[in-house]
Amino acid sequence: MPAMPDHPRSGLRVLVIVPAWNEEASVGGTVREIAGSNPDADILVIDDGSGDRTAAVAEEAGALVARLPFNLGVGGAMRAGYRFALRNGYDVAVQIDADGQHDPRYLRTLIERLDGADIVIGARFATHDDPYKVRGPRRWAMILLARVLSRLARTRLTDVTSGFRVSNRRAITLFARHYPAEYLGDTVESLVIGARAGCVITQEAVVMRPRMAGRASHSPVKAAIYLLRAVFALGLALVRDWPAQLDDAGAPPAKLIRTEPRTEPQTHTEEVER
Amino acid sequence: MSGVSILGVVGSVVILLSLFEMLRRHRLREKYALIWGIVALGALTVAAFPGLLSWATTVLGLQVPANLLFFVASLVIMMLTLQHSSELGRLEERTRTLAEDVALLQVELERRSSVEKDQGGDAA
Ligand SMILES: Nc1nc2c(ncn2[C@@H]2O[C@H](COP(=O)(O)OP(=O)(O)OP(=O)(O)O)[C@@H](O)[C@H]2O)c(=O)[nH]1
Ligand SMILES: [Mg+2]
Repeated sequence: MPAMPDHPRSGLRVLVIVPAWNEEASVGGTVREIAGSNPDADILVIDDGSGDRTAAVAEEAGALVARLPFNLGVGGAMRAGYRFALRNGYDVAVQIDADGQHDPRYLRTLIERLDGADIVIGARFATHDDPYKVRGPRRWAMILLARVLSRLARTRLTDVTSGFRVSNRRAITLFARHYPAEYLGDTVESLVIGARAGCVITQEAVVMRPRMAGRASHSPVKAAIYLLRAVFALGLALVRDWPAQLDDAGAPPAKLIRTEPRTEPQTHTEEVER
Repeated sequence: MSGVSILGVVGSVVILLSLFEMLRRHRLREKYALIWGIVALGALTVAAFPGLLSWATTVLGLQVPANLLFFVASLVIMMLTLQHSSELGRLEERTRTLAEDVALLQVELERRSSVEKDQGGDAA
């Protein structure tokens, strides 16, 4: 293990959750890059019923892979990830997209920011020279969402649809139970839930890269629909009462498989890889 | 406004309000709410502007406006039921996959624990 003398929070157990759906072209590189820049973190790829070799590629790259039997969407995949983090006692859970847009070298900075917060968002548009540009209705939607969420969280947020985020144990516990699977639920509504539950939300400026491979999940034609659905989803998130009643995660997090008492929680990493 | 119109308007407003409340309490998913919302809004429009219905009736060459209303209503209900049937089929397929997965996992788990037991016996 490389020594990290300048890293004050290196004792934390970190899980990187990578939601992936048909990302065989980029997931391998993403996993290797995460492992390269964060050798202490465990990486869990959630293969969301992909029709391609996503799971195999991720495994070859050295990640743990959870295979969902059918597509649940980013929200469903991420809740599975947070439940894994909770069951296995991780201190920090990170979401990093499989498409390689999130630079894992920011991870250390993001985790350091957890000192005074429960959720840290790696955000675009935080500085004026941010090269990442979005135009038209999609941009208006992002600005509207950011404004409303900023007010709710009582802090300046510029990019609430960013999937690049870090949660501490408090937020993990919350998200393991309540992580919406509906449209924009994985980003916007989950932040509403966090803010409502009293989590401190903050952001750190990051530069995101263009996609490494594959196709973007939206086209210019869909931008206007995106705006409408965003407004609807935001309104719904704001009027909804949490915790949810219908799609409740149900049973409290219990150990399903490993029931034997663990003597030393810190040794768990080897146990998983065995 | 005639009594029938008032009844129609009240009915659609009640549907819209219950849709909202059900969404708020997580009793209804977004995708179903959309369809029901369109149905309720359609009913509201027809109830608020009865002229619309009689106009459509003459354009289509029908005699009684009520017939058109019943025809459209039954068509809408049929489509909703059809959608539910297809969703049900999808869910059945998914529970089947889940059940298979659980069974396969259980076999895998038992095989591993018996292997572990054998190895533990050798070592002791
Ligand atoms: N688990 C799961 N992951 C998904 C699904 N759809 C997309 N993803 C993953 O979510 C991440 C973000 O998806 P993107 O399509 O890049 O969405 P985006 O970053 O908001 O939009 P882009 O600007 O097009 O990149 C990627 O890692 C995808 O593999 C899905 O249905 N299930
Ligand atoms: Mg992306």
